[in-house]
Order: sequence, then C-alpha cells, then structure tokens
Amino acid sequence: MAKKRRNKQRGQSRGRAVDPRALAEVCALLADAPRRRELLIEFLHLIQDHYHHITAAHLVALADELKLSTTEVYEVATFYHHFDVIKEGEPVPPMLTVRVCNSITCEMFGANTLIRDLNELFGKHVRVQPVPCVGRCHGGPVAVIGKNPIEQATLKTVKSAVDANNTEPIPPPYINYDQYRNEGGYKTLAACINGERDVDQVITAMEDANLRGLGGAGFAAGQKWRILRDQPKPRLMAVNIDEGEPGTFKDRFYLERDPHRFLEGMLISGWATECQEIYIYLRDEYAGCQVTLSQELAALRRDPPCSIPPIHLRRGAGAYICGEESAMIESIEGKRGMPRLRPPYVAQVGLFGRPTLEHNMETQYWVRDILEKGPKWFTAQGRNGRKGLRSFSVSGRIQKPGVHLAPAGITMRELIDEYCDGMLPDHEFYGYFPGGAAGGILPASLGDVPLDFDTLAPYGAFIGSAAIIVLSNHDSAREMALNAMRFFEDESCGQCTPCRVGTAKAVKLMENDDWDTSLLEELAVAMEDASICGLGQAAPNPLRCAIKYFPEEFRSHGGNS
Amino acid sequence: MAAIPEDVSSEEQLKFTLNGREIEALSHETILQAAQRVGIEIPYLCYQEGYRPDGNCRACMVEIKGERILAPACVRKATKGMEVNSDNERALHSQRMVLELLLSDMPDQGISPYTPNSELDHWIKQLGVGRPRFPQREQPHDDLSNPGIAVNLDACIQCTRCVRACREEQVNDVIGYAFRGPHSKIVFDLDDPMGKSTCVTCGECVQACPTGALMPANEVGLVEPDTKIESVCPYCGVGCLLTFNVKNNHILYIDGRDGPSNQSRLCVKGRYGFDYVHHPDRLTKPLVRRDGIPKTPALIDPRDIDKYFREVSWDEALDFAAAGLRRIKDEKGPQALAGFGSAKGSNEEAYLFQKLVRAGFGTNNVDHCTRLCHASSVAAMLETIGSGAVSNQVADVAAAEVIVVIGARPTVNHPVAATFIKNAAQAGKTLIVIDPYRYELARHADYYLQMRPDTDVALLNAMMHTIIYEGLQNDAYIAKYTEGYEDLKRCVEAYTAEKVAPLSGIPAETIKEVARRYAKSKGSMIFWGMGISQHIHGTDNARCLISLALMTGQIGRPGTGLHPLRGQNNVQGASDVGLIPMFYPDYQAVDDPAIQGKFEKFWDTQLDPDVGLTVVEIIDAIHAGELHGMYIMGENPAMSDPNLTHAREAAAKLQHLVVQDIFFTETCSFADVILPASAFPEKTGTITNTDRRVQLGRKVLDPPGDARQDLWIIQEIATRIGLDWHYSGPSEVFDEMRAATPSIGGITWERLEQEDSVTYPCEKEGDPGDPILFDDGFPTPSGKGRFVPAELSSADELPDDDYPFIFTTGRQLEHWHTGTMTRHAAVLDAIEPEPVFNIHPDDLKAIDAHPGDRIVLESRRGHIEARARVDTAMQRGSVFMAFHFWEAAANLLTNPALDPVAKIPEFKFCAVRMTPADSNTKVPQGAKQQIA
Repeated sequence: MAKKRRNKQRGQSRGRAVDPRALAEVCALLADAPRRRELLIEFLHLIQDHYHHITAAHLVALADELKLSTTEVYEVATFYHHFDVIKEGEPVPPMLTVRVCNSITCEMFGANTLIRDLNELFGKHVRVQPVPCVGRCHGGPVAVIGKNPIEQATLKTVKSAVDANNTEPIPPPYINYDQYRNEGGYKTLAACINGERDVDQVITAMEDANLRGLGGAGFAAGQKWRILRDQPKPRLMAVNIDEGEPGTFKDRFYLERDPHRFLEGMLISGWATECQEIYIYLRDEYAGCQVTLSQELAALRRDPPCSIPPIHLRRGAGAYICGEESAMIESIEGKRGMPRLRPPYVAQVGLFGRPTLEHNMETQYWVRDILEKGPKWFTAQGRNGRKGLRSFSVSGRIQKPGVHLAPAGITMRELIDEYCDGMLPDHEFYGYFPGGAAGGILPASLGDVPLDFDTLAPYGAFIGSAAIIVLSNHDSAREMALNAMRFFEDESCGQCTPCRVGTAKAVKLMENDDWDTSLLEELAVAMEDASICGLGQAAPNPLRCAIKYFPEEFRSHGGNS
Repeated sequence: MAAIPEDVSSEEQLKFTLNGREIEALSHETILQAAQRVGIEIPYLCYQEGYRPDGNCRACMVEIKGERILAPACVRKATKGMEVNSDNERALHSQRMVLELLLSDMPDQGISPYTPNSELDHWIKQLGVGRPRFPQREQPHDDLSNPGIAVNLDACIQCTRCVRACREEQVNDVIGYAFRGPHSKIVFDLDDPMGKSTCVTCGECVQACPTGALMPANEVGLVEPDTKIESVCPYCGVGCLLTFNVKNNHILYIDGRDGPSNQSRLCVKGRYGFDYVHHPDRLTKPLVRRDGIPKTPALIDPRDIDKYFREVSWDEALDFAAAGLRRIKDEKGPQALAGFGSAKGSNEEAYLFQKLVRAGFGTNNVDHCTRLCHASSVAAMLETIGSGAVSNQVADVAAAEVIVVIGARPTVNHPVAATFIKNAAQAGKTLIVIDPYRYELARHADYYLQMRPDTDVALLNAMMHTIIYEGLQNDAYIAKYTEGYEDLKRCVEAYTAEKVAPLSGIPAETIKEVARRYAKSKGSMIFWGMGISQHIHGTDNARCLISLALMTGQIGRPGTGLHPLRGQNNVQGASDVGLIPMFYPDYQAVDDPAIQGKFEKFWDTQLDPDVGLTVVEIIDAIHAGELHGMYIMGENPAMSDPNLTHAREAAAKLQHLVVQDIFFTETCSFADVILPASAFPEKTGTITNTDRRVQLGRKVLDPPGDARQDLWIIQEIATRIGLDWHYSGPSEVFDEMRAATPSIGGITWERLEQEDSVTYPCEKEGDPGDPILFDDGFPTPSGKGRFVPAELSSADELPDDDYPFIFTTGRQLEHWHTGTMTRHAAVLDAIEPEPVFNIHPDDLKAIDAHPGDRIVLESRRGHIEARARVDTAMQRGSVFMAFHFWEAAANLLTNPALDPVAKIPEFKFCAVRMTPADSNTKVPQGAKQQIA
C-alpha cells in the first residue's frame, strides 16, 4: 500500500461534509425561521438573493439544517431557473443578470437582436439571459435588470439602467389598504364573517354569475366551492399567481392596481369553503407585486376588518409549470414543481395532503363585484350569445396592447377594432394566438369566432387565460409555433416521456426546413393523449394549427413575410 | 410507502371491462395489476411491483370510456363498471410512441448494450416498434467511479425507479432527479460521480433499473447465468434472502429475493461482497505446522505460510488434529480443552460442534462470538423475561407508533433492517435515536439524543423516573405481569431528569418528552445494539431497557416490544442450539442436574455438570496454565478478542490448536493444524436471523481444491476422538437438533425447503410460528417479568490526563468483523481499503493534524497507527475505529474488563491518547503484508 503522508480522500467520509462556515452563513440568513421542508424554496431565495448564486457548500449546509439529504435540496434548486447552483470549481455568475424575454411577442419585437447586442455590450460583466415570458408582453421586448423590468427595452435603456444600478422594481401607484377600505372595501367580507351573509346564498350567487376559473381551465368557481365544502376539514387554499403563459399579464395588471379587491375575494372564498390557511403563490418574475403584496398583507394583518385566517405569501422561482395547479402545490411544499397525477383531485388531496381550494387570482378578483353588484350584473355582459366579462391580455401587431376588459364572446376582429385601435401601420391581420402559447394559432379567416371558453375547441384551440397575440403579414406561424414549442421544451418539468422527450423531439423536427408533418401529427396525438398535465397535452396545439391553418408557409419554406 | 402495506381491510370485489372482457378486481387494485392477473399484457417501464407507482413513463396508457385523455394503467385503480381498452388503436398509438421516443435516445437507438434483460427492449419487441424516426438526444458520459456499480445514463429512460429505490425503499436518499425538462437527469448527491457521493452501494437501484443504465460493474450482468440458487445472505443478523446467479461454479452476481426480512432489499455486503469465495488466498489444503517452528505472539505473513506449515493429506491432518486433542484430554483432563464455534456457521454446524465439545471433549468450555456482542442483552433478558430472543420482528415497526433505537447503528450494521425503520419514520412514526454518534439515522429521527458515552443507565433511569413521576406507568400491566416494581421505583427515584441532564448531555425537557412519547404511545418498540451491550455494565443497560418496556406495558403486542439487533447471520441460532458454555440447546442450563440427565440420555454419554468458560475466560485460563488445547471453527480470536496482545500470547501458548477456516486468519498464525473449510455458499444449512426466523441456505458452489464442508470435518474429528457419528448430512443433523430444541421442534427440513423461512417458536409441526412473544406473560418460573433495577456505574477505564480520549470500536458498512471475508471481497475492499480513525475535526485540529494524516493511538495495552478521518458526527473527546483491519487492529487497544454477569468485554469504552504519527514511526504491531 502506498503510504502517502496524507490522503485527503480517506480523510473524509463519503460525500460532502458540512462546512461549518457555510452552515453559519446559512443559519444567519434563515435566522429564526422554522426549519421546515416546505420552506426550502424560500430559503434558497434567501441564499440566492444574498450571494447572487448558491454554492455547493451552502446547499449542503441548508440540507443539514433542514434534515434533508443533499440531493433533495439539489434537485429542487436545479429545477428552478432563478437559482444559480455553483459547484466547486465552477465560475460564479456576475452579480447582475439582465433577463430578456424572448417568448412570442418579445421575439416578434426584436428580443433576439437585443440579446445579441447586450451580450456584445456587456461581455462577462453582466449576464444576459434569454428567458421565457415575464408577463409584460404589451411592452415587448422586455428586459429585466436584476428585478427591474424595462419595457420596450433598447440597448440604450438597458445600459443606462445597468449603469445606474437600477435593479429594483418600482411598483406603479395602486389603491392601498386605507384607500380601499375608505372606498367601501372589505365590507362584503365583514358581512360574510359577521353572519350577515349566508354561505349558501353567496355560493349560489357565484353559480348564478357563472364565474369560471380565469387561470385558463374555466372550472365554475361556485361549483368548486361546493365540492370543497363536501371535503373533510382541515381544508386549505392555494392562490395561483404564477401567471406564466406567454402573452398573459392580466393578473399582474390587477394586482398592481387594486390588490385588495383580490384579497377580499380570496378571503370570501376562504370563508365560504372554511379554509384554515391560505397560501398565495406569486411568480418570482413579479418582484414589484411581491413588494406591494407583502406590504398590503402586512397592513391587512395589522388592522384586519374582521378575523382573517393565516395568509402565507410564497415566491415562485422561475418555472412556468408551477402555474399548473398541482405543480404549484408541489412547489409550495418546497419540492420540484412536477404535476401530480389525478385522480385524486386537488380539491380532495391537495396541499399537504389536505382538500384544497385552488383559484387563479383573477377569479377571486371578481368575487366582490359579483356579490355587491349581483350575478346579473356579470351575466348581463357578453356578446355573440356568450355571457360575462373577460380580461384579454392583448399584445402583438396592434396599436393599443394591454389588458382590455371586454365582453366574453367578442370576436378577434371586434377586439382589434374596438379595443386595440386596429392593427399597426403596414400590418395586416394574419392570425392570432387566442390563449397564449398553449391555446393554438388561428388564422385571420377565423377572426369572427366568438372568444370564450369552449367556443374554440372545434378549431383545435382554446382561450385559456385570454392571452391574445396578434400576428400580421410580417409574421410566420411556423416560426411562432417553433418559438412556442421551444418554450414548452424548456418549461417541461421533465417528468413524463411524451412531454419531456416529445417536446424535445418536436423542436428538432420543427427546426428542419421540411417538417415531417405526419410524424409530427403522430407525436402530437400521443402528447395530447398521454402527457400527465396540460403542458404536454396542449404543447402540440401551435404546431398542429400551423400545419392546419397556414399550409402555404410549408409550401414555400419561409412563412409569409 | 412501499414498506407499509396498504390498508386492505375494506377490500371490495368489483367487475370492470378490459378489452371487451369482463374481469374481476379488488378495489385497491390498479388496472395493470388486474390485467396482469388475468394475463392481459400492458407494457410498462416505470412501474415496479412493490414500489409506489409513479405513472411517469406513460407506456401503460389505456383508454377509459368517458375520459378525455388516456390514463396510466399502473396508477389508475379499477372501478366498478369501468370500460377500459389497452389494445385499441388509440391506446396502442400512445404506448408505441412512448416506446419509440425512449428508444430514440438509447445508445445507437437500439437494444441496450448493458443488459440482456432490458424491459424496454422487451416491450419494443412485443409491440413491434421499429427503428425510431426521431433524432437522438445528446448522450451523457458513463460513470464508472463506483467499484460495484456501472452508471451508463445513455441508457436511462428517467423512469425514476432508481430514485424510488434509493429514497423510498432503502431511504439512502442519494439518488435525485435534478434539473428540468430535457436537461432532467438522474444524479447522485449534487450530480457527483457515484463513487464520490454518499452512495452506500446497496444496489437497490441496479435491481430496479429496467434498461441497464445501472448495472453491476465490469459487465458481469451481460453473462447469462447457468443456475440461479435461492439462498440467504451470509453476513448480518437481518437474514436477507437472495439469489446467487452462477455460471461454471462461479458466482456472477446476486439479486435480492422477496424474503420476509428484506422484501428483495440487500446492502453492499450482501450484494457485492460474495467474491471472497473465489479469492486465490482461500485455504485449499490441510496444513500442519512444520516441526521445530516455535509459536510466537507475532502474526505470520500469509505469503510465508510455507515457511511455517506443510501441506498434508486430510487423513494426516485429521489424525494429527484429533490426536493432539485426545492427548491433552487424557493427560490434563477435559477442562484443559475448549472449543470456539462460530456464529457464521449453520445451526447444524453449531449444534454438532457444541455436541462434539460436550460429548467428545467432556467439557462445557464452548463459546463463540455471541460473548462479544449480545451476551449481556441475553443475560438480562433471560433473567428478567425468561427469553433471550426478540419479542417482535423488525418489520413490525410498521405497526409501531414510537420506535427507539439506542446504542445501535443499523444503517451500518443492519442496513436492511434500518431501511424498514426509515420507512416507518417516513410514514410518520416517531423515531427516537439515542447514541453518542450522530449517524445517518439521526437525520430521520424526530428526537436525536447525542448522549455522552457510558451514561445509558442514568438516562434510562431518568426516563423511568419521569414516567413514574408523571404517572405514565401502566399499573394494570405491572400488577398482572411483573414483579419487583417497588425495587425499581426506589432505585430510579433519585434519577431526576434535571440531575441526569448535565451528566448525559441531554436537556431535561428532552429526556422527559422522549419518556412521555415512549410511555404514551399505542405501541413502542426498542431496538438496541452493541452500544448497550459492550460495556461492563452492559447487563445493567439492557435491564433498564427491559424495565422501561415492562413498566409501560410496551411489550407483547404488534409494534410493541424489545429487539436486540443480532449481529452475525447466525448468532441467534448458534446460541439457540447451545454453542454457549452455560446452556444446552434452547437455553437449558447445563448446571441443572435434571437437564444434564436428559441430555446424557439423549446423547448417550456422560456430561460435564459445571458451567464452562466464556471466550475471555478461556484466554485467561490459557495464561493461567489451565487450558492447553483448542478447536476453533470459524472464529478469529486473534483479531476479535479485547486486548489482542494478551489474547495472541495465549493462543501462542496453547499446546495444541486446531483451526478450521476458509482463509489463513490471524488465529491461524498460532495453529498446529489448519483445516480448509467451506464458505457459506459452498454448503447447505439453516441459519436463524435476528427476527427468530430459521432460514435455509443452499449450496451454490463446490469448495475449492481440497477444502471440505465443515459438517464433514467436525464429524471426522468426532470419529477420531471416539464418537460414533454417522450423520449423512445437514437434514439429519437438523432432525436431531430440533428434537433437542423444543422451540424449533415443529420445523421440518421439508418445510424449510418449501418455505425458505419459518419463524419460531414453532413447537409442533404445522405451527405457523409466533412473530410476537409475551402477549400473555413470560416464560419465567412465576410467569411474570421481573424488574431488575440498575444503578449508574462507570466504565472500567476512564479517560485521564495521560489517556484523555474515549476509544470506541465497532464496524463499517463495507466490512465484516475481522475482515476475513470482506477484505477478500474486491468491491468492499475497494470502497474501504484501509483502517481509519473517526475523529471530530476540532480534536484533530487540537493535535495539529489534518484529515487523512497518519495518527497513532495508544492505550495502556498497545498502540496502532491509521489515518484520521474527520467526522462531525463524532463527539469531541472520542475516537471511533472499526475492528476489521489487521494493519491496525483496534483490539490491540481495547480493555478486556468484563461485565460481571455476562462476561462481555468493554469494547465500547477505553482510554487512549492520540498523536500525529512521526514519519519515523513504524507500523507498530502485526506487521503483516497486505493480503490482497
């Protein structure tokens, strides 16, 4: 046996030992927070925020502190794109990251050129990262300097923000707690809690209004509440503000302006379903909303209008899939955001194994208005035989992008003409994504179909979160479909074969000049039929629509531009 | 959790339609299970029987009428009236597409190059999937860093069976599924090479992998075995059932088998520690010491065997061996002889060996290594509850509410038992771990008590004090089933938690909380190991644990009882069949004239009326000039005994020493004759595990060269010292043995051949065997359990200024006892090739040394040198070392002071000093060359 004086490998137990210094640093950041596994992602944020990356030593120390294995921490940290895990010997990323969205609308407005130029400009000093939709499609291209979003970003505006170190978000003015209460806010909640309103009447009102889940699935809210009430207690609530569908920004729009209208609706739904605690899951890209919501929740807790349940605000970490309800629950539990198989449904076995009321934030935003103005106020709106209101996030080749609250059932052409001030100059209406990247692509010839839940199904599309991206004769549906498929590939959680492998293979096939459309169709069928969650099931929609509605793009290899 | 069976009490039968055919299912059954039962094939990859179904691969998709999309048959439960199609066009399309997608990412987009048994390849063929039409992914590199396991993730389909194997079955938590989307990958720790990770090489993942991405190293998995033989693991007391895969009288690899104590799980030793049997250093010829070569206390380098020994024929060796023993008996009387058997041999060997010593030598001087491990536990249990066996089996943790593990490191010493304890903790049971060493199980514990060494009695008395003070004792149970409670009460009165806290290092409130949890639960189980037993107050330690159970009535029900974790694979059985100096088979006292008479009749001979000498006493008797000849079968006292210098001097003093073993052990250095014996897979026999399960080990190989089966050797010696034995084989010995051992009297050889594993007590043929003991009192004369109070006492040798550190010995996961087997096993020796001291980093710093430096440790009895391994799990002021390494034999330092009742030496505590090794320092003792 070789008798070296020292043998470092034998001098350690297998694997990494906890570094006492790293442990002390982690403990300092965690302070007196309870060492619960569900807080893992929050703790990773603490380390990432402080050090701008997470070293192996910190991961190991955090695992030790939480009594987790190191791999459990590692697999969670590497799942989320906002954590930079750095192993021994790997280069540490620059302190500042500029994230540039290159999802559909931003790409349309030159994001890829901007990314290239920024990379040239900053070199190694600033990290420029192409990222998926940051929820500001009306202002594309969007660059986020640290946490500070810049719309219509240019080389110049980004550089000046970087130079001035403007890395924090500046939330727009909004209705704060005092104002909201002064204007009559929380009276309906108080009436509920104080017994002046009857649960059954409230739920009936919701049913009469036929308010449907506005995250995209469209499940009737009132019915959901009734289902929850049949489940054993304790029940929990999870609010989904992980708005990540490319093209969607309505939740942020409302949250930035009138957060308490949402919170009141949330508390009313919690009261109606007797939820013991409430978890709000906010996407990490909405750093401004994080600030606002934290402040306003603090104000609400300080001086509540009536007794309110514990409300936990949780931060996402850069994962579109966590907008999927069960993936979000996994994430709230501090795990990888991998959707669960159903049954059992979230309403039966949800967060921490408890029956859980899960809602999109906007759904709850309308609760107060429906209860105060009556369900008829809501159902009286609508067009082309449809009822209610929809908040359309509209972006693309139109004069006036933004959130447009319009009657449900409005057609694309009506929406463009009446709400968006028409198409941009020199742009001709060519087609549209009716429901973000997942909802498919429809041609201009289908511009007169009413936009609402269910109405688009016959065309192989859906409205989802009502994220409309308008394409013009300068755009190519097949390019957009490829952009969407790349997005799904990046955002697939990687759990099931049809989605993990299917999206990757689809991207490769779609990068070819000639699409093997029959093989793609075979693949699409299996992805739709066999994927675990909506991501994989809907991922082929854009590609199928492109093949079906834009055949001319495949004859000439180049789209119509 | 896979280990915790689903509640099937509310089982319902239902009918549903599958492919147009009405079939029956139970309400907990999945569509896949129901389909399999009726012989309808549905492809699947991520599903593995016994594991939690995950439904991620989507190969088993079926169409259910009325549902929008397809459903995974492996997860979805069949419901009444459900109409399912697994073979229509739609279902087959998805099944085939999934297989094609996976195949497109296989090496060369073809069949697995790593295993002939790829499940993916099987289904590709079954479903007729052709050449994949998709481009291949970028392939990862191989990882061959683990000596036992080859990682080829280019064949990985990310079904996560390995993750579930590692996390939910074995709960080693090394394998993770990291990153996202197309970058998702199987990782070890922080995406480290497997061999550098915390992987314990249990191989559960290899067994789980459907495509060969994880395989035994060196491509042995590519060889098709010509025989598969079902047997038992030869290592620890857990008693895992396994299958030997053999070709041309050579073991290729091992698979876990669905045994009652292991549910197909194995550990690194069981799975990868088998090739010692094929090692070229095996003894293959009988050897006799050359004339005129004197014996000295020094060890002989195995490469120099020829200088000291000559090869002889079996006849010559046996004649010589027997003649030497006879001569001593004739000249000095029976008490000048002794025999050490082994807990590594079969029950039949142990039985025959003790019978040889008793009936042939005429003495009760027969013992084995039980003396060194659980003698004190057994003594306390026999004294208080009338039985030395465990009251409940390990798997019973599933029924417990609270599990206490004290003075044991099952993750290392009983790895597969530990997996069930971890499963129970994962399932939400309260796990309380009490040990000075913060080992892996502490992470899973609700309460981890890092007590100071040597304070067990105080801590346990304080728990009992709390229980009494807070009125949590079970008065009804105490009244009905116990005696001596008032004595106990008086004794523990002084042990308040507050008083014990500073002594034990455990806060008073924690002591109380743990006591309450233990006392109040619906079922509490206690597991203990050598941290309890290997003290001069080991019997007292065990008495306290028993008192704790008795006073709370935490015994005699499912999930409620006492379980001293047995070390050797057959230490339970060897003791049961009388391989101990004070008892005949089944703990029948040798000094009871009635029993003596019974056995004299049974064996048709005269028997020694006095209790014989124990292991350490035998060594002392040699020194005292009272004992001159020994027959040692499979024991290695020149490594395993405390204060080895003393023990080796004794061995060298023997007039005649017969050693029967498979390798040239340290003890062979002192032999007059060496008989080459059979390794475990070379013979058939029964062994009894820690759970009281008698299990059948089957012959797999022929012994190498001239090596012979132990049973034959014992019988040949017996014949030559005048016994008229004619056993035809193990089954005949078994039949006599069960007649002498009422508790296994009902177990027949035929039943063992059929069932492989039978629990005792099983007194009458056909008895199912009793997994839970003491449900209505105890096998004591009064039928009651007796409280034997214990006062705190200290270790024999406490640290002082000269020897300031506490030295504790134990084992490593990869090695076994004196290393005879494991250090000849390539994978095991590659993982842990040399001795190390585990030392707290601050202690190492204090002596100005660094991790990996060579350190000298010295006690009043000897000194050894090895590398320092920093270990934050250690308490400051203490050093741990495993006793497997001849280069630095830990037992050169240990203290032979004995527990007065059980005569177990104090392996767990002595005083040492520690200095960095001077570069001039020679390896001090046992300067033998490395064997391998």
